[in-house]
Amino acid sequence: MDVPRHWREQVRRYRLVGSKCKDCEKLSFPYRTVCPKCRSRNYEDYQLIGRGKIISFTNINSPPKEHKYNLPFAVALIELMEGPVITAQITDARAEELEIGMEVEMVTRKIMEYNDDGIICYGYKFRPIVEYAHP
Amino acid sequence: MDDNVAVIGVGLGKVGEHWEKSLRDLAIESIWMAFEDSGIDKVDALYVGNMSSGPFVEQEHIGALIADFAGLGPIPAVKVEAACGSGGAAFIEGYMGVKSGMYDYVLVTGVEKMTDVLPSKTTSILANASDRDYEAFHGVSFVALNALVMRRYMHEFKVKREDLSIFPVISHKNAPFSKHAMYRKEISLEAVMNSPIIADPLSLMDCAPICDGAASVILCSEKKAREFTDTPIIVSGVGLATDTLGVHDRKHMTTLSAAVEASKKAYKMAGVTPKDINIAEIHDAFSIMSALSIEDMGFAKKGQGTKMALEGQHYIGGDLPINLYGGLKARGHPVGATGVYQIGELVYSLRGDGRVDAERGLAENIGGSGATVSVCVLERGD
Repeated sequence: MDVPRHWREQVRRYRLVGSKCKDCEKLSFPYRTVCPKCRSRNYEDYQLIGRGKIISFTNINSPPKEHKYNLPFAVALIELMEGPVITAQITDARAEELEIGMEVEMVTRKIMEYNDDGIICYGYKFRPIVEYAHP
Repeated sequence: MDDNVAVIGVGLGKVGEHWEKSLRDLAIESIWMAFEDSGIDKVDALYVGNMSSGPFVEQEHIGALIADFAGLGPIPAVKVEAACGSGGAAFIEGYMGVKSGMYDYVLVTGVEKMTDVLPSKTTSILANASDRDYEAFHGVSFVALNALVMRRYMHEFKVKREDLSIFPVISHKNAPFSKHAMYRKEISLEAVMNSPIIADPLSLMDCAPICDGAASVILCSEKKAREFTDTPIIVSGVGLATDTLGVHDRKHMTTLSAAVEASKKAYKMAGVTPKDINIAEIHDAFSIMSALSIEDMGFAKKGQGTKMALEGQHYIGGDLPINLYGGLKARGHPVGATGVYQIGELVYSLRGDGRVDAERGLAENIGGSGATVSVCVLERGD
């Protein structure tokens, strides 16, 4: 039961593919087969770039049981540069560094491992954008 | 007047951790309390408000189970599910059963048995009310979703955490009076502020507790109700609305659009405005939800949801007393039962319990992070 459930999400979880309404151009993530704006059923896949900014965040101390070995972790609402808002974990950052407005980018990471079926699930997380100085 | 719907019986079981009682025990107890209160012992249909009997106690089909074990006979009995809003949704289904003329007497029972699983599993089960694939998958608990909304609210409206922490204090203020409440004591603002952080900025005492409970109410037409009592409590307006399931899809993350819609419908049906509401049972599962509810049901402007609270207007004697039996915070929040508890408590207040002289009140029940909201306006029928 659990395997197909995670398998079919691959394109969304690994590549951040959403949908675009072919009539009014509204972008959605997760994908929607009925446009939330104009109710059109004409849609196509849309590749999101995976950059955005934090509009809210929280550090979780009491997680659901599938995530209890991941503590501590932060989750955020991230407004992607294309418009849709996404819920995801923030990684590679200390809790006290997070702030509303912080720019972040998508990375692929392990989301959970110790669920009932022992399936290791990967997916998107977001990390602060770091500007590396070139030598 | 003949087609008005009235509440003629209430049974509110003690909320708490009932190790010795099963889901059916709790439901049956509240049903027979409601029978005793109403003076009847037969109904034509049962609607059960329940969120997660499957994951919590591995029991579905609880409409038939409860009808069977409560001795209700072969009546129609179904479960109504809308996460933490299940009780209010079931009540509205029951209301429609009477209003339509389909049934003479309808029983609405809200029940949840949460303590048969460990707390971390409870957290996981409650997260099923969010978008499992795109919210809960990422480890976002229900507390965390509310924390995300709370931080956004504090940011947008420059509201301090201690301003929101007043809501648990208000709910607990009424708890010593509330015989069925889980925590029958007052708490201080300092206690709320200093309680451990669960998901910042939300602390333990901003959150309603995990518990077991069941509540039942009996509905019939006003005409029939007058055979039992001179002061029936009339259901004058009901409204139920939905919003995007995920918080991330909301146009305004700090507005409960479903509360706006549901309250408008209920006010319109009752022919009232927010000014006509004397008392309210507010869905204070988290402090932030109280502020948003006050605003979105029209009692305060956007961003001003804490103002009346800080002025003391939500205590008994104020302009809009709320949560007169402890609210979700002190009475407890047995999720699918909560909406029915609220209706029962509103009936107690309107019948007159010696504390408030209220003619009209409302009960607001939220499912999930706001994707379902029901609002019911009740008034004294004398």
